[in-house]
Amino acid sequence: MTIYSVIAQALAILLAVLGAPLLTGWINQCRAWLQNKSAPPLLLPYRTLHKLFWKESVVAENASPLFRIAPYIIFGAMVLACSIVPSLSTDLLLAPAADAIALVGLFALARAFIALAAMDIGTAFGTLGARREMLVGFLAEPALLMVLFTAAFLTQSTSLANIVETIANQPFAIYPSLAFAGVAFTMVALAENARVPVDNPATHLELTMIHEAMILEYSGRHLALLEWAASLKLFAYSSIGLAIFFPWGIAHGHDPLGMLLAAPALILKLAIGGAVLALIETMSAKMRIFRVPEFLAGAFLLAVIGILVHFLLGA
Amino acid sequence: MTAPADWLAIDWLLATITAWIIIGAAGMVRPHGFYLVARILFPLGALVSVTVAVCAAIAVTGAPETAVLPLGLPGLPFHLRLDALSAFFLLVLGSASAGVSAFASGYFRKGEGTPPGLLCLLYHLFLASMAMVLLADDAYVFMVMWELMALSSFFLVTANHVIPEIRRAGYLYLLIAHIGALAILLCFGVLQANTGDYTFANMRAQELTPFWASVAFLLAFFGFGAKAGIVPLHIWLPEAHPAAPSPVSALMSGVMLKTAIYGLLRIGFEVLQMQLWWWGVLALAIGLVTALFGVVFAAIQTDMKRLLAYSSIENIGLLVVGIGLAMLFVSYGMAPMAALALTAVLYHALNHAFFKSLLFLGTGAVLHATGERNLGKLGGLLRFMPWVGWLTLAGALAAAGLPPLNGFVSEWLLLQSFLFTLGLKSTFVNNLVPVVAAGIALVAAIGGYVMVKFFGVIFLGQPRETRLAASHDAVSWERAGLVWLAIGCVALGLFPAQVIALIDPVTRTLVGDGIGPQVAAHGWLILAPVDPDRASYSPLLFLLLMATSFALAFVLVRWLYHGRVRRAAPWDCGYPLQTARMQDTAEGFGQPIRQVFEPFFRIERHLPTPFDKEPYYYLAAGDHFWHWLYLPVARLTEATSRLVGMLQQGRISTYLMYSFVTLLVMLVLVFR
Repeated sequence: MTIYSVIAQALAILLAVLGAPLLTGWINQCRAWLQNKSAPPLLLPYRTLHKLFWKESVVAENASPLFRIAPYIIFGAMVLACSIVPSLSTDLLLAPAADAIALVGLFALARAFIALAAMDIGTAFGTLGARREMLVGFLAEPALLMVLFTAAFLTQSTSLANIVETIANQPFAIYPSLAFAGVAFTMVALAENARVPVDNPATHLELTMIHEAMILEYSGRHLALLEWAASLKLFAYSSIGLAIFFPWGIAHGHDPLGMLLAAPALILKLAIGGAVLALIETMSAKMRIFRVPEFLAGAFLLAVIGILVHFLLGA
Repeated sequence: MTAPADWLAIDWLLATITAWIIIGAAGMVRPHGFYLVARILFPLGALVSVTVAVCAAIAVTGAPETAVLPLGLPGLPFHLRLDALSAFFLLVLGSASAGVSAFASGYFRKGEGTPPGLLCLLYHLFLASMAMVLLADDAYVFMVMWELMALSSFFLVTANHVIPEIRRAGYLYLLIAHIGALAILLCFGVLQANTGDYTFANMRAQELTPFWASVAFLLAFFGFGAKAGIVPLHIWLPEAHPAAPSPVSALMSGVMLKTAIYGLLRIGFEVLQMQLWWWGVLALAIGLVTALFGVVFAAIQTDMKRLLAYSSIENIGLLVVGIGLAMLFVSYGMAPMAALALTAVLYHALNHAFFKSLLFLGTGAVLHATGERNLGKLGGLLRFMPWVGWLTLAGALAAAGLPPLNGFVSEWLLLQSFLFTLGLKSTFVNNLVPVVAAGIALVAAIGGYVMVKFFGVIFLGQPRETRLAASHDAVSWERAGLVWLAIGCVALGLFPAQVIALIDPVTRTLVGDGIGPQVAAHGWLILAPVDPDRASYSPLLFLLLMATSFALAFVLVRWLYHGRVRRAAPWDCGYPLQTARMQDTAEGFGQPIRQVFEPFFRIERHLPTPFDKEPYYYLAAGDHFWHWLYLPVARLTEATSRLVGMLQQGRISTYLMYSFVTLLVMLVLVFR
């Protein structure tokens, strides 16, 4: 434990917690541009959060304590997820707390709590959202795990910091297994972050919503925390993708200068990644709910093929 | 007889087993004496369980101890042996049954089925026989105790024997238990290799050819598989577990299934002196099929105890996968990796004993409070039964394999052991392993689905029946049992390094290597089975970070903004007329899984048409194995019996003629 790793860790957490809504705002802006709409302000998510925090929380009469603590648990899980993904530096204080498998477990924990909270009030839409979320989750989770396994097999380590360092230090080459994993990861990331073609973050049409159906009963600060957690989740997924597939620019080990450069590199990568995400969303149409398992099973298979390719070709 | 001060661990354990039998027998003094049984004997039994757990925990690290009891046949006394493997499973038995017995003190009520005194006798005989199975060191005592275990649990399953389904379930259980026992008996016959000496020590000394070793392994796999519930011998589990009283279901699922895993480990790794690679592949394949089958069926169940029974099948599948992986590693001479896989297996066996007992006891409390096992008639119980609800939540999250609880640690270790397979020399095995790993990941994720369904439908939402509002929470003895098991789930999740220190001697007994030293080298805070650079997980740090973020968010929001809350009617998109029936039912919540995995089920469905006078909807998802395997075998058996029955005419003249014909045939044969 060095002072450097403490600082690196603190910076990474601060950047994630404070910067995540900005990423969401940026994607919304890009999407509006691509769809020929006038774009909302870049800082709108912050204003929304501020507004929601000021509002009083309206909680259903029959809500149990689970309903009220779930947003905090989900928020905490997402902060933890963002803090163990090496986005700025690989020398993180908290890196030993959780490896790639534990990261997937963390996302699963958050999913279980949001689904349980959605079922707590006992409304038709809440349970519908919970069921659909679990449907998405039970395929997306193993697919994500297999993507991370591909990287873990390549680098012989499940520690995220080690994966990033090993891949970044190898001479530039396109690994066929990582190419498969990359496609699979993109599909999983779209599904897990409630994006088109699996879900639509902007919809409140009853028949199609998944994530929004689960948080219908939330208001005020609880809703704000859930919105913030959703932004953090998007940030964490983006960081994972960038760290595994585009690990350049992340500071390795004890490297203060590298960390100074890592922040602009990360912002640049996130800006490009966000724009690409908006492009994908604009170019695809939302699927019927029972197309989603096929889509995700495709992602799962691609990830498994990625591992098999690694075993067959050794690359 | 030496003084208690000089007793070895095995003497203490024998004393505690005797105590169980005495407690059981004391129940028969006044079979209908409810107060005696529930308030004195069961708590005493729980105390004995704790003693067993403590003795076993001490004995795990000690040297093997043996004892010979002057019981049994003349010239064939009971050989007993306590080594690390036995001690570890005794620890599982003692620690889980302590919670179950405490719960049972509050659970058994007046005037239900079998008299409480008889239940007490059977229950404690069941515990004692399981402990003796784990201590057995010769085939004779093993089989006697194995049968005693099957019989006592059979009578416990059929405690409510007035209900025909329960009698049927009990019969099916007994049948499969005996088919399995026959295979185990044959396995011992092969292992003793014509020496006529049935002690395990002799079996260890035999050098079997690969053919006979394989025969022995396959017989053991079949026999113990029947008890553990691997596909296709799983059929009794979803029948017997719901039929039994909940503490008995908890013991059967949490502990008895583990005795089968113990047997498989004992025969497969310790008694047999060789392990062939294809045994591992077989176990991997069957384990994966079992796990997937169990979890997919669990997702569509509507009876809460059947759901848990299928979930037990899933967990047994995971254990068998781990055993298969360890066999592969051993056969390729990679002892450290085998030790890692076996650590995952043993850890998961301990975890499963805790969380599955907890969940079964939770359903028992719900069953008592509501009289309802059908998920479609429950709901919203967290508000009326907070103790049961919150403690069951801990069990459900552990069973779903979510960090930082215990289920996650063992799944993490299992996945880690898959990650270090690159050294395997065979290309086929090398490509098989990632596919199995993918299957395990899928099973774990569906396991999460199942647990969200289980907890959400029972405890959350609105009560689906109005009378549920009168449900009472568990009584204090029941709470004590639940709290014990829930603490176990949390502690086993938070302190993996300490648990692995207990498992280390066991893997050393089995494969001659262990991961204890590596884990201990990195301190108690961080679990790093190989090298912290390769993989590390720190549940305590994990929990601490989540709790810090939780607390910071909680305090900051209140400090910077406010903490006002207003209670109002649920919004539900402004729809005013919603009722409890508009929530998802258990069928509804499982419907996506049913649709995605449709070929797994044998679905009979009736959909109403617009022209039906009385439209109704009916759907039953059956088990292919029942229709393709069990019913044909049953029909064949019945046809054969009918043929044999034709001999039995019931007239004395016919039987006299049989004797006469037999005599003639014998005479012809003799004087030929």
